[in-house]
Amino acid sequence: MNMLDYSRMGELAVEKHVKFILTIEKEKDSFESVVMEHIRLNGAYWALTTLDILGKLNTVDQDEVVSWMMQCQHESGGFGGNIGHDPHLLYTLSAIQVLALFDKIDALDIDKVSNYIAGLQNNDGSFSGDMWGEIDTRFSCVAILSLALLKRLDKINVEKAVNYIVSCKNLDGGFGCTPGAESHAGQIFCCVAALAVTGSLHHVDKDLLGWWLCERQVKSGGLNGRPEKLPDVCYSWWVLSSLIMIDRVHWIDKEKLIKFILDCQDKENGGISDQPEDAVDVFHTYFGVAGLSLLEYPGLKAIDPAYALPVDVVNRIFFGR
Amino acid sequence: MDVLQKSSERIPLSQRPEYADVKPVPQDDGPNPIVPISYTDEFRETMDYFRAIYVADERSLRALQLTTEAIKLNPGNYTVWQFRRLVLEALNADMNKELDFVDGIVEGNSKNYQIWHHRRWVAENLGTDASTRELEFTKTILSKDAKHYHAWSHRQWVLQALGGWKDELTYCELLLKDDIFNNSAWNQRYFVVTRSPLLGGLGAMRESEVTCTVNAIMEHPENESPWRYLRGLYRNDTHALVKDPQVASVCLKILTAKNNYVHALSMLLDLLCHGFQPSLEIRNAVYGLSDSGAQGSDLVKVVCSILELVDPMRANYWKWRRNIVPAQAAQCLKDDGLTGLSL
Repeated sequence: MNMLDYSRMGELAVEKHVKFILTIEKEKDSFESVVMEHIRLNGAYWALTTLDILGKLNTVDQDEVVSWMMQCQHESGGFGGNIGHDPHLLYTLSAIQVLALFDKIDALDIDKVSNYIAGLQNNDGSFSGDMWGEIDTRFSCVAILSLALLKRLDKINVEKAVNYIVSCKNLDGGFGCTPGAESHAGQIFCCVAALAVTGSLHHVDKDLLGWWLCERQVKSGGLNGRPEKLPDVCYSWWVLSSLIMIDRVHWIDKEKLIKFILDCQDKENGGISDQPEDAVDVFHTYFGVAGLSLLEYPGLKAIDPAYALPVDVVNRIFFGR
Repeated sequence: MDVLQKSSERIPLSQRPEYADVKPVPQDDGPNPIVPISYTDEFRETMDYFRAIYVADERSLRALQLTTEAIKLNPGNYTVWQFRRLVLEALNADMNKELDFVDGIVEGNSKNYQIWHHRRWVAENLGTDASTRELEFTKTILSKDAKHYHAWSHRQWVLQALGGWKDELTYCELLLKDDIFNNSAWNQRYFVVTRSPLLGGLGAMRESEVTCTVNAIMEHPENESPWRYLRGLYRNDTHALVKDPQVASVCLKILTAKNNYVHALSMLLDLLCHGFQPSLEIRNAVYGLSDSGAQGSDLVKVVCSILELVDPMRANYWKWRRNIVPAQAAQCLKDDGLTGLSL
């Protein structure tokens, strides 16, 4: 195995990133905070998972977060993006993931939440994001990950769910949002994670997809999401975790990717951006740190490539303490 | 959105007579400190009034107006969009006017999932009559960003649900003329060729498509997309890929030109692992690219050594291919022997 010399690649400004996250979570009246109000639950997941990977989850008031989050739950069982918002699969997964971080999944009425999720499966096996019917393989992934974490996969028709995902497979081995849609790294992560969790990875042509994924690495060492597009730190997660799940991560140049991610840090004020020199945000901070964890950057907790939660959290759920 | 400019023209909701009986409901997720910036005041007031109408489930014209204002301030708020749909249904609103509304919002917000989902809902309500307008709408978005994922997704939905396939292949050709590297256009081309009810399907189209693709490859051999498209044309029929003289020929031309030959070498590996018997010219073209003067050596080994050198980021991938291609080629010959197929 190739032992990487991480000291040559640059430094991760851990303390600055922790401070960045704790500050933005408190600033409820900044313009960005106000405008992102309706997806606060996603923001909580990105922020808290990053803190856990950096070993600083204990700096947050767990009870305050959980109590706020439970108020985001709708009577249908689903969670909205913030208090008073309509339920949607996306925020339901984030809620389950945050509760998993705090080992508080038992705060949920698990059957109620699972019924909400299962109720969104369509006849062709696909999932709608909510009652309004938007269909996308992102929602297949979110539904499957949620139910797997709740240990209620039996509430859906798994075979049909898998078949729908497979129908979104393209000639390049990748996956799009719906059948025929262009392969895109984000959608690929969603489909591969869903297939991994349901024991269906044999449907993936790992060599073909692995090649498509490793072709995402561009000269700067960063990864793009589609051919001829610009690199972005978030693809350090989506491409990388997909490669790991299909056991092909050795096909990229890990060292160059680590250097790219570290170059996207704001070492003065904390936070990570999509590309070097751009403005930082919590979304890219999470993906940068999670990507570095997958690349085994020292000092970070290991993260599960399918569930996007620390490995010790996932083990706690499936194997007990 | 230029909210600051609008602030001077906007009349606060608290001063509008038509909302006089509405009691605004503040956001309940923390203390409410003093906010000095005026645009945040406008945002807060609008959302507080929206919340009141939403909680009361009032589906009226003034409710519709409130969703319009809330959306303009923050188009990402999916709860507002959903409530707007309920109001539109209750009012039996004019869906064409609603398309006009989305037209107005989309500039500057085109990467927003809610807008596209709303658009689809409206178009679905209008049915096949909306096909032409929706194709025009996506065309406009794509003219500014030809790889716009939401626009392509919407366009594919429109074609399949509402029709309008007639000019789609021509449209793909135009986009590729503009930018031969546009992977989305190549994807759409495959979509049309394989799914259009007006064309003959992949079998009927393959020959002409291969010719177009080979021309694109010759223009820019470093272009990833046409190489993948070429493989796609021969999906489930790799024997035909191996036998097609156009494929071997384009590889030879590029290798001989000694420029941007990575994808050509990669294609050669694919051909070899499916039983391709390379000509002397191809062998010599490959040896000509190698420093080590590897005449007579195992062709697969030479190809992979070159690739490891010129594409070092993916060195491990090429090493893996070096090991596996000979085994795949041997298996292929064995299978052909069993079926009596000869190349």
